[in-house]
Amino acid sequence: MAGFILIAVAAFFFPGIILRTKSIASGRKGPGIFQPLKDVSVLLRKGSVFSDTTGLIFRIAPSVTLVSAAGAMMLLPFAEQKALLSFEGDFILFAYLLALGKFFTIIAALDTGSSFEGMGASREALFSMLVEPAFFVLMATFAMFTGYTSFSVIFNHFFITGNDYVLIYSIIGAYLLAQIAMVENSRLPVDDPKTHLELTMIHEVMILDYSGFDKALIHIGTWLKFTIYGSLIYNLVVPAGWNLFLKIGLFFAVQALFAVVIGFTESFRARNKMNKNPKFILTLSAIALIGFTVILILTDKLA
Amino acid sequence: MVIMMDQSKVYIEVRNCSAPVGIREIPVLDYGRFYDEVCSMLRDERFHCLTYFCYPAGEFLKFICFIADDGSGTIRILSHEQSNGTSLRSITSEVYAMHIFEREIHENHGVVFDDHPWLKPVRYPHDRADGQKAMDDYPFYEIEGEELHEVGVGPVHAGVIEPGHFRFICNGEKVLHLEIQLGYQHRGIERLLTESGAGLRGAILSEDIAGDTAVGHALAHAQLLESLALLEPSASLQAERCIALELERIAVHIGDTAALCADVAYQLGQVACEALRTMVINTTQYWCGNRFGKSMIRPGGTNFPLTEEIAGEILAVLEEVERRYGNVVECVYNMPSVLGRFEDIGTVTRTQAVSTGAVGMAARTCGVPRDIRSTHPFQHYRQMVVAPVMLESGDVLARGRLRALEVSESVKLIRRLTDEWRIPGSESSRPRYDLPLTPGSAGISVTEGWRGEICHVAITDSDGRLQVYKIKDPSMHNWMALALAVRNQEISDFPVCNKSFNLSYCGHDL
Repeated sequence: MAGFILIAVAAFFFPGIILRTKSIASGRKGPGIFQPLKDVSVLLRKGSVFSDTTGLIFRIAPSVTLVSAAGAMMLLPFAEQKALLSFEGDFILFAYLLALGKFFTIIAALDTGSSFEGMGASREALFSMLVEPAFFVLMATFAMFTGYTSFSVIFNHFFITGNDYVLIYSIIGAYLLAQIAMVENSRLPVDDPKTHLELTMIHEVMILDYSGFDKALIHIGTWLKFTIYGSLIYNLVVPAGWNLFLKIGLFFAVQALFAVVIGFTESFRARNKMNKNPKFILTLSAIALIGFTVILILTDKLA
Repeated sequence: MVIMMDQSKVYIEVRNCSAPVGIREIPVLDYGRFYDEVCSMLRDERFHCLTYFCYPAGEFLKFICFIADDGSGTIRILSHEQSNGTSLRSITSEVYAMHIFEREIHENHGVVFDDHPWLKPVRYPHDRADGQKAMDDYPFYEIEGEELHEVGVGPVHAGVIEPGHFRFICNGEKVLHLEIQLGYQHRGIERLLTESGAGLRGAILSEDIAGDTAVGHALAHAQLLESLALLEPSASLQAERCIALELERIAVHIGDTAALCADVAYQLGQVACEALRTMVINTTQYWCGNRFGKSMIRPGGTNFPLTEEIAGEILAVLEEVERRYGNVVECVYNMPSVLGRFEDIGTVTRTQAVSTGAVGMAARTCGVPRDIRSTHPFQHYRQMVVAPVMLESGDVLARGRLRALEVSESVKLIRRLTDEWRIPGSESSRPRYDLPLTPGSAGISVTEGWRGEICHVAITDSDGRLQVYKIKDPSMHNWMALALAVRNQEISDFPVCNKSFNLSYCGHDL
């Protein structure tokens, strides 16, 4: 329960921190930390406009996306507290709940019949497909490392396995999860959320036709996805047994740090060329695979 | 000034903004001769066509062609006359660069050019010859194929930019063909300018031919009227105008650098350049009250003569801008992630640049030295040597780098101009909106705006009123260069290619 609530609370601050970081990095005054919240609250009070060519899929997709993100949140533990829902192999459900949300965004984009959105959908589908192995190989690594296959148990045992290499795995895991989050949330260097150029967009172009309430749902879903990955990172870097208040403080600190890192990344580099993206994403899987091979050797499964 | 009559009287030679030529003095050739002469000249890279148009003169259509000779710095004028509804052999099939002029003539006057490979509408003017043609049924090029798909972008775009329609034929992410349909911005500005004559309205209108080149177009207009009125502006005014033109170049080039960074999501380069551009345009505002230099250039004189105080301010600002822009540019063009987006993207080959008749920056990035300031100097440039800044690679990176190089070149030019501007006994006079224009003659004025050569031509009737006013913005040629540049590129790289050219929609649509 604690994980669910903390992730939801952190999500409110997350986009604002990215925005502030980018403003400060570029020497601008910029909007306040709560501006994204205010924007969404305005959107929530507005009605939605639907194009004639769209059907049911287009209308339900934002809700499905948000609910699937909330569903994925329920599987996440916070420190030693169990998640709302926990069973063996729950990380597979986690990955496919998020994928379900993405699937609906993609078919909703196709539903509009726009050539832009079709293009965006094809790109998003490709990149999501490529990033999936990275996540699963990483989770398999943790499963081998701890000997369990459920989020709650994996993270509880992560630091008490007594393995000397735990720090390396915690760093590799945090790095990979941060990068996967960037790909999944369509941020730099794979995608540019700020651009107005439809032809270069991946995710943004798929939600071009949404307005008002539905658009707000999509925004909230994106924020939640950030903090979902942020909480996975937290669980990998902070040992479970510490004082509760310290842990809550650290949780928010990790989330804020994650947002600041995103903000700085997006300030000081340019975006990838579209055909470099697959290579970039496959590199993540490659890193995960190296980690996996090493753990196989460490656990004597591979001589 | 110099009017030379060739012995065979094929053409008449003038210089940029020289005294107007009597319309009767221009040799009229029969079309076969005209065709051969134009083709043989334009096959030589030394020549390029400034403008080619026709206008009704009695029962005939009078066709006039202005060809620039980059070698000798002269402009050759040729003409031929045809009856209405005639059909002619197309020069375009020999010299591709002529396509836009023949298309324009076809659209406005119904002249058919046989075997023209691309006889498509240019801009759907209100008074087009064939009123049946409508913008909605533009004849787009089509390719059949199961794996191909079409992507249409615009005319309404996501950013606050001008309208234009881009039709891509793609195989997956790869662009096979791009066709650009323009004309949405057509305002009939040539007709308005003809009606305005030498009045204030014309001067103001000329600033809005392309709003981002207010100084360049207004200067072309002002010096055209002055040459038609045989008025030589004072020496100090000529230098001031060049300072204004270079300030415009600096401001736009820096702004474009910002936009290029924005297109590849490099925030730091974007915000740094935006701030610098503001400094430059604010200096222009300090001088003339308008950030884009509107109301700065007027025929016959100026309302805003340069003072010591303003000149000092310009130099002080430019010193800081040059230093800071130098730092930004070094950072931008050495950053791997930025280079990855600019290098080898949207390459225009030298051959393509020559055959499409690319002018200005687009030509200079491919190693084609097209710079009116050095080949056909005007105003104070006649007293100085301007070496065109050249690059070879023709890609987005070259177009970005060229901007950086031209900014530092322009700063140097302004330093020299402010040194030479204080000419004793040379006072800037007030503008004149009643210039008496030489009757029955043709005048030509070419300037080098930041985008490239701007050509204005006017023909007066027997009473000294404007009869024809013809404008050619550099974009007219360069749009085709853009269409070629994106072939076999990824469609996601189109925006950055487009931005690297930064062509004008309204300058094309007129």
